[in-house]
Amino acid sequence: MSAVITASGLTKRYKSALALDNVSFQIAPGRIVGLIGPNGAGKTTALKAILGLTDFTGDLNVLGFDPRKQRGKLMGDVCFIADVAVLPRWIRVHEVVDFVANVHPRFDRAKCEAFLARTKLTPNQRVRQMSKGMIVQLHLALVMAIDAKLLILDEPTLGLDILYRKQFYQHLLEDYFDENKTIIVTTHQVEEVEHILTDLMFIRDGKIVLDADMDAVGDRFIEVMVGADKADTARALKPLDERQVFGKSIFLFDGANRAALEQLGETRRPSISDLFVATMKGTYA
Amino acid sequence: MKTSAWKTMYWLVKREFWEHRGGFFWAPIITGGVFLLLNIMGIIAAEVIGAQHGINFGASGGLRHVIAEMDTGDLSKVGFALDMAMYSAMGLLIVVLGFVVFFYCLSALYDDRRDRSILFWKSLPISDTSTVLSKIISATMLAPVVAVVTGIIVGMLQLMILAVTLSFHGVNVWQLLVLAHPFRVMANLIGYIPLYVLWALPSVGWLLLCSAWARNKPFLWAVALPVATGLLVSWFGIMGLFDLPTIWFWKNIVQRGLFSVFPGTGSVFGHQGDIAVTGNQGMDFMDLGNTYQLLASANLWIGVAVGLGLLAGAIWFRRWRDDS
Repeated sequence: MSAVITASGLTKRYKSALALDNVSFQIAPGRIVGLIGPNGAGKTTALKAILGLTDFTGDLNVLGFDPRKQRGKLMGDVCFIADVAVLPRWIRVHEVVDFVANVHPRFDRAKCEAFLARTKLTPNQRVRQMSKGMIVQLHLALVMAIDAKLLILDEPTLGLDILYRKQFYQHLLEDYFDENKTIIVTTHQVEEVEHILTDLMFIRDGKIVLDADMDAVGDRFIEVMVGADKADTARALKPLDERQVFGKSIFLFDGANRAALEQLGETRRPSISDLFVATMKGTYA
Repeated sequence: MKTSAWKTMYWLVKREFWEHRGGFFWAPIITGGVFLLLNIMGIIAAEVIGAQHGINFGASGGLRHVIAEMDTGDLSKVGFALDMAMYSAMGLLIVVLGFVVFFYCLSALYDDRRDRSILFWKSLPISDTSTVLSKIISATMLAPVVAVVTGIIVGMLQLMILAVTLSFHGVNVWQLLVLAHPFRVMANLIGYIPLYVLWALPSVGWLLLCSAWARNKPFLWAVALPVATGLLVSWFGIMGLFDLPTIWFWKNIVQRGLFSVFPGTGSVFGHQGDIAVTGNQGMDFMDLGNTYQLLASANLWIGVAVGLGLLAGAIWFRRWRDDS
């Protein structure tokens, strides 16, 4: 099956800075892609380009459409949650359901109502009377009832407590995701998405610095815990990063020989957050 | 299931009504209520003062005789006066409507950018053209229709109150009410709306453009820009280059651009003074045959053309301005 998104030479310049610097990537259907980067790295700009919310130079094809010219059609197949606070504050639950049901051709009202029945939301409640967690429940109920091909989540769980965060991703995986759908998610809470991602993209200063599927990440990056006696040997192998825990050193290697590392100590797959920190070292310096 | 363009538009306008129920619905209702209340209070005050001074203009049967002795010409004047009573209710509503539409247009494409809910609206498969169109329809049709319907109901109630008051004085005025032309009044008011749409277009266009374009304070931009230009034009006497007086700029650019959303301004300012108010006995100024003479003025159609241009600009900005 052809790619859901194909980008080549994507560049976006704001007055002062380059938000996207000649970025190229492809995203295949049925994937859950984590787009991870520090603040101001260009994540949101990339998503806005995909959604046709901003202009850019370069080529971008999303589900066969050019988001700059065919946004109206594109949005029939794409759903989008940009953090939690974007539902209009004046609207009531039944109004927003009525509205989306009548303007969106792929919306399944019964499905949406079934999701809402699992929450404490009442039809006459206004968004302004809801907590952040409830707003995101409502938004998720709307989005999950739309049979879209591509779902874009921009910091969807920002400011939510742990219960809502866990519930959010659980619903998404259990009740929404299947092999015909693609999800792109940006977040700073890397630990929470780490186990659901199939692909990982790191973005820094407008450039993609890592683009790999999770299996490849596991093959390529190795973390090894080394006693003080062998630390110098490990350093000689040019690790990406080094940190100290309980008197031992933990080294992170990119593409090193696994057998050689196993000689030095206990090896394991690094967590995405450790990988992220190592990759982004010096970003704010 | 395919959603048709008409259905989408219906729901978009309904959405506007939900959001602006206060301005579109409650403002005219409350204004109408206040108008009636003031009338009732006025009548009560008159009755009290009348009673204190021992004046009772109905009891002697004087008024009855007056009515009985009126000829057809007089009767038609009574009818005209009653029609005026109905229009008077509309007068206050029109001022309120002007303010509602003015501020609605200024906020229509700005508020959702400020509170970022634009990101939700833009996540739906609705074109920016449809969105802007739904706001134009809400401003120039939905709001006036609600105001006119309210105005007609208030006007009717106003007549009833007058009739009931007079009947307390032993005057049977129900026969007089037959002289009024409530249906003609209604037709005139409803028929005026399409004319209003055309006349208001440049204002609606300008306000929506500012609303879609301004990164902050759309009101300031919308008002300050034409006024500042007007001051510059006056200061340097630029209009002299075109052999036009400075007042021309104020009248045709500033006033036309900002205040055409106030209904009736077209009928008051639209003519170059060359169209006399016609009609028998200086009568029904709201008569459609009278008001629609505005269609013959270049002012109206130039405004329509400019308005469409401004609206195209508003759509363009709606497409490319985001929440930042």
